[in-house]
Parts: sequence; C-alpha cells; structure tokens
Amino acid sequence: MTLLIEPDYGTPASKKFDLVHVEIDGIEVEIPADTSIMRASAIAGISIPKLCATDRLKAFGSCRLCVVEIEGRNGTPSSCTTPVADGMKISTNSERIDRIRQGVMELYMSDHPEVCAAGDECEMHGVAKQVGLSQVRYSGSTHLDLPKDESNPYFTFDSTECIICNRCVRACDEVQGTFALTIENRGFEARVSSSGTSFMESECVSCGACVQACPTGALTEKTLYTIGTPTRSVITTCAYCGVGCSFKAEMKGDELVRMVPLKDGGANEGHSCVKGRFAWGYATHEDRITEPMIREAITDPWKAVSWQEAIEYAASKLMAIQSKHGVDSIGGITSSRCTNEEVYVVQKMVRAAMGNNNVDTCARVCHSPTGYGLNQTFGTSAGTQDFESVEHSDVILLIGANPTAAHPVFASRMKQVLRRGAQLIIVDPRTIELVRTPHVEATHHLALMPGTNVAIINALAHVVAEEGLIDRAFVNERCDLESFARWEEFIRLPENSPEALEGATRVPAMKVREAARLFASAPNGAIYYGLGVTEHSQGSTMVMGIANLAMATGNIGRPGVGVNPLRGQNNVQGSCDMGSFPHELPGYRHISNPKTREIFENIWGRKIRPEPGLRIPNMFDAAISGEFKGLYIQGEDIAQSDPNISHVHAALRAMEFVIVQDLFLNETSKFAHVFLPGTSFLEKDGTFTNAERRINRVRPVIPSKTGKSEWEVTCDLSRALGYEMDYPNGAAIMDEIAATTPTFSGVSFAKLDELGSIQWPCNEANPVGTPVMHVDHFVRGEGRFMETPYVPTEEKASRKFPLLLTTGRILSQYNVGAQTRRTPNNLWHSEDILDIHESDALLRGISDGGWVRLSSRVGETVLKARITDEVPAGVVYTTFHFPESGANVITTEYSDWATNCPEYKVTAVEIAPSVRGPGVLSEHIQSDDAELESLIRMANQIAANVPLTAAPEHAVAHHIVQFWTPAMRARLRNDVDRSKLSPIVVQALQLDLTPQPV
Amino acid sequence: MSEIRIYVPKDSAARSVGADEVVAAIERESAERGLSITTLRNGSRGALWLEPMIEVETPAGRVAYGPVQVSEIPSLFDAGFHLGSEHHLYLGRTEDIPWLARQDRFTFARVGLIVPLSMAEYQNHGGLVGLRRALKMSPEAIVGEVTDSGLRGRGGAGFPAGIKWRTVLSTPGEQKYICCNADEGDSGTFADRMLMEGDPFTLLEGMTIAGIAVGANEGIIYIRSEYPDAIATMSDAIEIAEEFGWLGSSVLGSAHQFKIRIRKGGGSYVCGEETAMLESIEGKRGIVRSKPPLPAIEGLFGKPTVINNVLTLATVPGILSEGASAYASKGVGRSIGTQVFQLAGNIARGGIVETAFGVTLDTLVNDFGGGTYSKRPVRAVQVGGPLGAYLPVSSFDVSMDYESLIAVGGMLGHGGIVLFDDSVNMAVQAKFAMEFCAIESCGKCTPCRLGSTRGAETIEKIMIGENVQGNMKLLLDLCEVMTDGSLCAMGGLTPLPVRSAVLHFGEDFDKRREVKQ
Repeated sequence: MTLLIEPDYGTPASKKFDLVHVEIDGIEVEIPADTSIMRASAIAGISIPKLCATDRLKAFGSCRLCVVEIEGRNGTPSSCTTPVADGMKISTNSERIDRIRQGVMELYMSDHPEVCAAGDECEMHGVAKQVGLSQVRYSGSTHLDLPKDESNPYFTFDSTECIICNRCVRACDEVQGTFALTIENRGFEARVSSSGTSFMESECVSCGACVQACPTGALTEKTLYTIGTPTRSVITTCAYCGVGCSFKAEMKGDELVRMVPLKDGGANEGHSCVKGRFAWGYATHEDRITEPMIREAITDPWKAVSWQEAIEYAASKLMAIQSKHGVDSIGGITSSRCTNEEVYVVQKMVRAAMGNNNVDTCARVCHSPTGYGLNQTFGTSAGTQDFESVEHSDVILLIGANPTAAHPVFASRMKQVLRRGAQLIIVDPRTIELVRTPHVEATHHLALMPGTNVAIINALAHVVAEEGLIDRAFVNERCDLESFARWEEFIRLPENSPEALEGATRVPAMKVREAARLFASAPNGAIYYGLGVTEHSQGSTMVMGIANLAMATGNIGRPGVGVNPLRGQNNVQGSCDMGSFPHELPGYRHISNPKTREIFENIWGRKIRPEPGLRIPNMFDAAISGEFKGLYIQGEDIAQSDPNISHVHAALRAMEFVIVQDLFLNETSKFAHVFLPGTSFLEKDGTFTNAERRINRVRPVIPSKTGKSEWEVTCDLSRALGYEMDYPNGAAIMDEIAATTPTFSGVSFAKLDELGSIQWPCNEANPVGTPVMHVDHFVRGEGRFMETPYVPTEEKASRKFPLLLTTGRILSQYNVGAQTRRTPNNLWHSEDILDIHESDALLRGISDGGWVRLSSRVGETVLKARITDEVPAGVVYTTFHFPESGANVITTEYSDWATNCPEYKVTAVEIAPSVRGPGVLSEHIQSDDAELESLIRMANQIAANVPLTAAPEHAVAHHIVQFWTPAMRARLRNDVDRSKLSPIVVQALQLDLTPQPV
Repeated sequence: MSEIRIYVPKDSAARSVGADEVVAAIERESAERGLSITTLRNGSRGALWLEPMIEVETPAGRVAYGPVQVSEIPSLFDAGFHLGSEHHLYLGRTEDIPWLARQDRFTFARVGLIVPLSMAEYQNHGGLVGLRRALKMSPEAIVGEVTDSGLRGRGGAGFPAGIKWRTVLSTPGEQKYICCNADEGDSGTFADRMLMEGDPFTLLEGMTIAGIAVGANEGIIYIRSEYPDAIATMSDAIEIAEEFGWLGSSVLGSAHQFKIRIRKGGGSYVCGEETAMLESIEGKRGIVRSKPPLPAIEGLFGKPTVINNVLTLATVPGILSEGASAYASKGVGRSIGTQVFQLAGNIARGGIVETAFGVTLDTLVNDFGGGTYSKRPVRAVQVGGPLGAYLPVSSFDVSMDYESLIAVGGMLGHGGIVLFDDSVNMAVQAKFAMEFCAIESCGKCTPCRLGSTRGAETIEKIMIGENVQGNMKLLLDLCEVMTDGSLCAMGGLTPLPVRSAVLHFGEDFDKRREVKQ
C-alpha cells in the first residue's frame, strides 16, 4: 500500500439534514445546510487553498487563503467560515482572489525558512506553488532565529516553521481538551506557547493531536528526522487500552516512522493518546526475546533452542504431567493483549488437545464481573453502546473509572460532550481529573469509601424508586415484571436509603438524592464504569446494580444511554467473546449445553468436557495443594499483575512445568521452563475487539521477529500434544469463529477490510454489525432485575491496618509496564507513587516525596509518598506499573463472590516513614491449605451474595455447579469442616451438585 | 445669605488640568473668608480648552469661569465670582457660551449639567422617563421606536441599532445579553468616557431599555482599563440604581429583571472589536471571531447578544422619552440624529461637539476648533480614529455624515477628529498607522499580523529612498491584501490612513523632501 493521505474537507461535516443547492465555479452542488463553502467545494472536487482549516477542527478563518467571491455579496469572505445558502453562486477563483492569496502567501513566506527541515511534511512551499507565488519582495524582521523545543521525547516544536494558524492550540482545546497550548503575545510577536514553559514541563499530555494538526514542520515527530519521510502506510489497531484506536502505521521500507491516528477509525475518529501515538518503540526494544528458550529447572540458565525443540520439549512435559497427575492437572491462560484468533486457538488447544476446560483469561482479574452481571440482567456480556453514543447523553454517571488516564481518547470525547452542556456525576473515592479540569466540572462527586459501591448504587436506585422516578413505561414494556416487582420491594427497603447507608459510604445522603434525581430525570442518562466497579468482593453485584438502575430509569436501547464498561485492555472484550472462560464456549454459551458443545465437537473432532474448568485463582490454589502441575501462559505477567503475589509465586513454584509466551522475560518467566517468544501488535495479523464490541483489524506492519505467528506456535504445540490444528492464516481462524458463534456469523476479514470495523452481533439480522444493543428487546428477551443486597467486604480497616489502599493506573504507563517502561514514557512516570492525604501523612510524620513503608496482612513494600488531596483521609492510592514497587505484594486473595475477580480496589493497610528506598520488603507466609481456605471463603461469599431467584440453597448450589470444577465441588463436600461454612452452604451441599443441562 | 453652589467638573479631563486642586483652593479660600460655599462635582461640559471650567449658580442661571488655575482663585474671590461677578476668566452664562450654544446636545444633554451620581438630579433632568415609558410598551414597540428613530451604531460601523435589536429579539433564547462596548481605544476620542463619568445613569437606562426590548436580563459594560474614573463612576451608579430598585430582580417594580456588571478591559485595542470583546468578557484572549455567526444570534457565551457602543445606548433613553421623531428629525440622508464629534490633536479649542449630522468638517475644525493650537496652517485631519483617512484641507467642505465621508474615501468611525498642522510628515503618519496596527493586531489573521509589520518596514524603506517605485507598488499591493483579506476592521482599515496619505500627500513619500518631525 502506498502512503494513505486521508482527504481533508477543511471543516467538519454539517449536522443538518436539509439540503441546499449552490453553484460553485459553475458546478451544481447539493449539500446539507450549514456546510462551509470550503467543504462543499472539496466535495465537489474543487480544492481551495487553505492552511488554518482542517476538518477535525471548527473553522477559524485566520490564514485568509481560502477567500472566495459570492455573487451579490461584497468582499471576499473566507470559505471555511462561510456556510452555504440556498441559491448561492460562488467563485473560488478570480484575478482578485489570486492577488489576495498570493499576497497572503508572500507575507507568510517572508517569515518562513526557505528550505523546511521537515520537507513536504511542511505544506507551506506546496501552497505557495499552488497559489502561484513567484517571488517574495519583503524583507525585514523574522522569527527564524528562535530556538527549538526538543524537550518532549517524541516530537519537536520548531517555532521558526510556525505560521500561527492556531491549529495546534485548537486541537489541544477541541480534540484533546487539555488546553496546554496557547498563543503568547499578539500581532507579529504572537507565538505558539506551551503556556510559558517547555512542552515537557507544561500541562501537555503528549496525545499528538497538535503534531497531527500542524500544517508545517513546526510540530513534527522526531522519527521523521531520524528515520525519514514515510512512503507507505498500513492501517492497524492500537494494542493498549480498550478504546481500540485505529492508526495508520506510516512506514519507510520496513521501518515504522510514526503511528498516525486514522480519521476514519470508528473508535477514535482521528484522535490518539501518548501511548498509542508514540509509545510503540518497545516492539523493537533490545530486550525482545526472539528465540525459544528452555530449561530443566527454574534455577537453571535459559538455553536458546529451535522452535521444534522447544515445542517438543513443552509437549512431552505436559503429556507426562497429564499421564502422571490426570487430565485436569494442566491448563492455559489466554491474553487479552492478543488477537481474537490467537486467543481462540489457545482455548481450543486447552479444550481439544489438553482435553479439559482449564482455560481462563486475564480478564478474570479485570472485567469478569461485567460478563456475569450483564449476562444475568441483559443476556449478554458486553457494553450496550458505541462510543459515539455519548454525544447524545445529557447526564453521564461515571463510576470507578478514570478515563483521562486509562481511556484518554474516549475521555476527550466525553469532555467535549460535557463542555457542550451534559452533566457529570462521578462515583469514585478519588478526586479524579474529571471532577474538575479546565472547562469541565462534575455536577456531583460522590466520594465514597472504597468497597461501598453497592451501597451507593442501591441508595441511588432507592431514591429513584421512592421518589417516583422509575420509568414505568419502559419497565412495563421491556422488563421481566416479576423480577422487577421483587426488586422494587427490595430496593425500597429503608436499609437501602441514602440516609441508612451514609455511615458506610461517607457520602452525604442529600448528595446521593440530588445525584439520583439528576440521573433519573435526564432525557438520556448513560453509565460508564471501570475496574473500580468490578475489582471488588461485590463486583458482580455492582454490575447488576448498575444494570438495574439503567433499566429502572429507562436508559437502555437507544443512542445516549446504556451501560458501558470501559475495558482496560485492547482485547478484553474479544478474549471473553472467544470462550476463554472455563465455563463458557465462544459467544458466552455455557459449557454444559450439549447443543453448543456439539457445534464445536463437530468441527473440532473432539469431545468437550461438560463441566467447568479452573479459574486462574483456582489454578493457584490447586497448584499449591498439589493437584495442578502445568500451565501455558499466553501474554500475561501473573507474577506481577495478580493479587497477593507471594501466593502466586508459591503457586508457580509448586507447578512442575510452566510455559510463558511473551515479548520479554518478566516476573512470571522467572518461574517458567519454556519461553516461547511472542509477537508484538505490529507483527500480528488478526483482530481486536474493543469496549464497544468493535472488531478492528490488526495488520502486520513489520515482519514477525520470531519468524512465526503466535497462533502458529499454539497450533504447533497442539499438534505436538496430539491434536492437529492447522490454519492457512488468521482469516481462516475467524472463519471458524464465525461458523461456530452466532454473534460472529457475519464476520470475516474480507468484510472487515471492506467496512473498516464491525460491532458484533454481526449476522444475518445485522449484516454490518450493531452499534447499540437491546434496541427493541433485550438479548435475553426481557430485562431482568436482580436484587443486590449490600454485603460489606471482609477486608476492613482495622487498628493494625487502619487505611484502605486502592489501586489504579496513570496516563503514561500501562498495567505492568512491560511495554511502556521500555519507552521514553518513563520520563513522565518512572516509579509507582503512594498518594496519601495530608492528615494521614501528618499523623505518621510522612513527608511529601519521602519513602513510606506500606504493609497489609499479606505483605510489605516501600514506595515514594505524595501528599495530595486527590485521595480522602483514610484512603491511600498507588499504581502497579513497576515490579520493583510490588503493589500487588500488598493486595489480598479476596475476590468477587461470583467470578473471583480480585478485590484489588480495597486492601487494609498501614503506612509508616521508611529510611530505605523502594522495593518489596517481605511477602508473608501462606497458611497450610490455601485451597480449602479459599473454597470455604468462596462458598460463604456466594451464600451471602447470590441473588435469590430460587430458595437460597438452590441458588448457591446452582452457582457452584455452574462455575466450579467437579474436583472443587467434591473437596467442598468432602474435605471441609462444615462448621466453617454458612448454614446455606451446608444446606446446598445436601442437594445434587451435578450439572443440569442449561 | 443663602448657600452658594459652585460646580467644578470631576471629569478626568478636567482633573488632569487641575480641577481637584481648584476645588481644594476654593474650599480653603471660602473657609478663610468665612463664606458658605458648597462645591459640587459635575461632569464636563466638553469645552476642554476651558477646563477647569467652574460654574456658579446665580439667579440668572449658571455662569462660567475658565480655564481656572489655582493661582486665580484669590482674584476670583476678590472679584466676587461666587456671586457671578465679572472677572477676566468670566465666560458669561454657560448656556450662552457660543461654543456650547451652537451645539445640539441630545446624547450629551445632561453631561456637565448634573452631578453624575445624583439620582435626584438625574430624574429632575428627564432621567428614567424613557425607561418608564418603555416599561409600558411591548418589546416589539420599543424596538420599533428605536428603528424609527434612525439611530445607528456609534461605535464606528453605523449599523442601524433597531435592526440589530430586532435580530436579538426574534432569536429564541432563555438567556440573552446586552453588552456595552466602552473599550474606547481610538486615539482622539473620549466621548464614551465623558458620558460615563458625566451621566452614568443614562447608559444604565439605555441598557435596561435594550434588555426589556430584546428579552435580556443581564448587561455587561466592557470598559477599558485605562478609564479608572469611568469604571469607578459606573460601579457607583450601578450600586445606586440597585438600591433604587431599578437594577435587580424587578426593574422599577415591574416584572422585568435586569442586572448590569462591569468588565474591565484587557488592555488591547482589538478588544474594542465586538467579537474580540466577547472573547475577552468570556475570559479568553481578545482575538477576533469570524462572522457568521453574528453576535446577535450567537454572541456572549454563544447566546443572542446586543452589542452597542456607549453613545448608542446612551441615546436610547432620549429617544424613548422624546419620541423617535424628535431624534429622526435631525441629520441628513441616512445619517439621522446627532453625532458626538470629538475634536483633538493640534487644535485650539478641543472637546465635545454634538451636532446633527451634516455639519461640514470645516465648521468643526475652524469654527468650533479654531484651527490649530500651534497657529500654523492646518495640513491634514484624521477623521474616525487611527484607522480613519487623512483628509486634506481641500476636503473640508465634506458633510460630516456616514455616506459623504465614505464618498471622499474616509469614514466617520467613532467621531474622532484629529488635527495636524503643516509640520506633519505624512509618510511618518502612514508608517505610524502600520506600526499602530502591528502593536495592536491580535495576531489572528495573516494580513494584519504580518502585513502591518511588513507595511511599516516597507514605508521605512520608501522613506530612506530604497527602491521607492518597487516598494511603493509593494505597499499598495499590501494595502489591497490587508483591505480584502483581513478578518476584521483592524487590518481591513489600516490601509485607509496609509492610502489616503499616499493619495493626498504623496510628496511626503519622496525622500528628497526633508523629514520634519
């Protein structure tokens, strides 16, 4: 492919539908009213010279090159700022216009370098030629001696090339919403300024919008100088967060010069963030492992071997374990960072080659409660909207998410909506940026205590029910009325009132009432949430509470509303869709369903076990108790990212054989026996599915550094294990997914290439996909309300651990940092920091910037302190980007009652000043039978939380049958001291715990 | 003996020539002499060459003395000025001073007459009559009255006020604004300031009427920061009007509400351009917006907004109280009513001259102004501020109205008239026009941002004789680009003084003529 230059119509499209007729240079044009003359001309194929106009930004009218003449009107208006009117006759060319354009360009060129360092990247000389400028007669003062600002690691600001078109300033305002840039001084002395300081020291978030907007060489990617001008582009998808931005990878030969966001990208519409735009250098980092490596023991050095040797070694070890310890003694973990195709083949290998259902995904530790909660209430495990939907929202309820750091491109869109007048309610313990940021201020910030989400959502719903704000028409038409009646009775209980819950949440009842009224009375109310919802002991309950609120207020099934999980990783949605969970086959169909199994069995030629396999935490427990011996880990650094790390390390050490497939050696590979080098997103050929169910193509930009596709390696291993898996290419894998999974039946690489992207479900009924779900009816038929009693977490502040630690991530780093730590993004954030409220710091003699010892009942580490009012008193906060700081040494084994998603967001801790620098101090010793302890805790949690659609013991039994392996059920029945179980669990154990077909 | 009342202007022009000191001297002197004298601070009558001009109330009316220096106070007392007696500074009855008597004061009717912040005096002299009448009228009728009066915008563009108001009235919107442009930045203009200092309630009344007419409940007066006295006076006036029950939740007991606040200017000339002013009020950099959208439809904070100059709004109460026809009967052609001319520069008798449109430039310059201060022959007059044309003496018979001035290549602007004698070098003046633009350009559009600097540089080259022919062509080419290509009047009109200087005073651009500074 050659270099893709997307057309620039100069001004954004009109939002009007009525058409007007105009004549431009004698050509009849029919065009929506309010379209600019410039855009209308561009659509008619007439190119009007322009420098300050670009269609991502509102018309500005400063360069004055685009002037035209309109019959019957005086003067020469700028075509970018003048809308068409019916019957208008426009001339885009005349001698007078030529003189103005030449005159303007003559002025421009009198203060512009004769030769631009950025070459054709600078449009100036080209436009000068276009308008016919032959000479520059002026001489005088210029700005050609101004110094460059090289402070940003990714781009240069060269003021000498700057033409003060304001495109960068406007992009920072209109696209990104950060307001880092301005124009300093006025007149001839007007200069673009990162607000009086260097770019690096400014508010700039390095999203790249300004660089993209700049028509000259003033703002340019440094790689353009070091590598050169790109000559071809490949359209692909970013591999960081769940927004799933489309990019043009611009190449010179086989070298990537820059990633430029695609205007045509469905998710990002031309915007980007610092990670996707710039932080891709890790793909060619010297730390990349490109050859397979093996070793006998984890204390041995690694030995590079051939692919064949590595695969044979791995297969023989796995088979040996299975023959010695049984079929269920091994399993695999899929990665939400990998493509749908790569994930699909891993779960297929586990189910078909290993012959069990011991497959889980890293989504377990982030959004598994979303899957459970939305499935129970709506009937499918996915966000209901596309991103564009937010443009139609009147009130946005944002819970446990920090989009400006974690989903920056969507955050920018949200900020624009808020600036246009939508109102924002934030539910978060921390004062996140959106609480108050330039030109955006939340109407309500419900700063709850960590762990009280369900109390807040119940209190909000209580007010809606009690104050007559329920959308009865919606409920009557769309929802299961029996479940609604039960729920309404439950939610109106006095114990769910904001007043009753004030003590737990610490949110004043009146604020909750005001927020509830605002949300319920909005024409369009939308809910967006993140891991602050899911990573709790009641994560699944909270997701159902959110679904209840959306249904009760009639906010489902049209643009502007909905329940929208902001997915943390690029392919969380996809890895879940692909059957990565131990109880589900692709498309969220329970493993116990014989008809579903049959579909796969027919194609795979293998029987599929009807019982759920182990979840990741179950695997760890089973490993420690000696039952689980071998694990294949696709792209997840569980030894850094999973909670209670000492427990994870113990589990890994207990296993006989661990295979890690990754880009880099990492914390987990320290416990591995085989290292299979993986491929970066720049080498992959497949698809990612983003938070809005949008399937985007990932295309190979550079050749695989390992010589193989990742799915090929999985297929090789499967074959070595005795099960033949072979595909000619990634497209063939997608064809198999489409053939087996109804929601994907219309998807193919060919159709994706044609449409750009597709939001599932895509099938006969929705041939081009489904932007908004549940439009006329819910996927499960009627929307089901679920009772959501608030059960406080057992992880409570105590005398010994009086503070609550909550965790999150920041803009420049990403999760365990495997990628971003290998880029200059470290310049912004080079270590994890512990945020502490002033009063908590003062009490303990902790100073800003000093070392602080952070301890919980499971571990202890040292971090640098930051004293801030972004956290309330009693709450501390940190990130988990750096292995050195080991934030997950502190987090505990507690997890969501339904899905075992870890309770990352609440850990009771104590802090104290420390004399020594950062690092893990200690990992506490495990109890003797961790597995039994876990089973008891999990069973009791289920009993306390499971929504009652039947008698309590039946509900518990049903849940356990659905999600626990037969071995776990047997241990619960046979090995547990029943006095430690809640009476309901004991009753449930009297029931038949064998699966009933769903 | 009854109390003696003496008026000394508090206008900052009067203060700048010692009015405060005169007051102190009068009070000191009267105390020493045991006289019971009350000094009152009125606005200026506008005869600035007579300032400080003091007036004494006599049974025959107010009589004036001026210009009064502190050193003259004892002799004035000696002469019995406080009784209205003769003195070499005696000017007779104020209203008979020919310079004032020949004017047709409408907008400035009360300025100098009343104590600015006296609500009682304001009402005694016809204040609030217009507003009270407006309160009984429909919005359409008020707008109709203003339209019928023929009042045009006095900021410079001369756009009919009634049409602008009608646009705002007919644009739906719960929130609308009245913005008063008091960022009077043209060199040689001071009428806005003198009105705000001398009769502030008139402006508030005009804005209130505008608010009622178009459905706005909030007014903002954008006053340049260089006018601290005007800001103080207007602030006090707003407070008094609020206490009076005029501004606030109920205008004079009616169902209308209207509040007014002051926004201090950002110190930039361009902030007087209406859209840049809106940006500045919104707290942004004062740069010009593209039109459309018109501010009347999408103005302040995107809401329908009336933007009028101080003089425009201050004329409205008189139109409402005396009727549209009283105003419409004045003037010529499409330039209806009166214009507040401001005589400045090298002029013998500077100040405010309010007359009906149609007076000749010669009458203003020579009859009112008395020629140059330096007594040298007049060589050029710049009409309409720094962006106005330089007119030669041969143009002095031009009728001072919008259309006639355009016909001779000039413009009325805000009514400023600046005189130059024959020592002026018009190439220097042309260069100054470009330099002024370079200093004050907001920097948004290219022709103004770069053209102004290049213009000054090019004129400099012409002046030193560098490629005169080529550079003169370049200058005129530049003038065309700036005129046709600029975003607003700043860059668009800067060529006006330049081209007029070239046209009428081309000989000054020849370096062989010795440069006189």
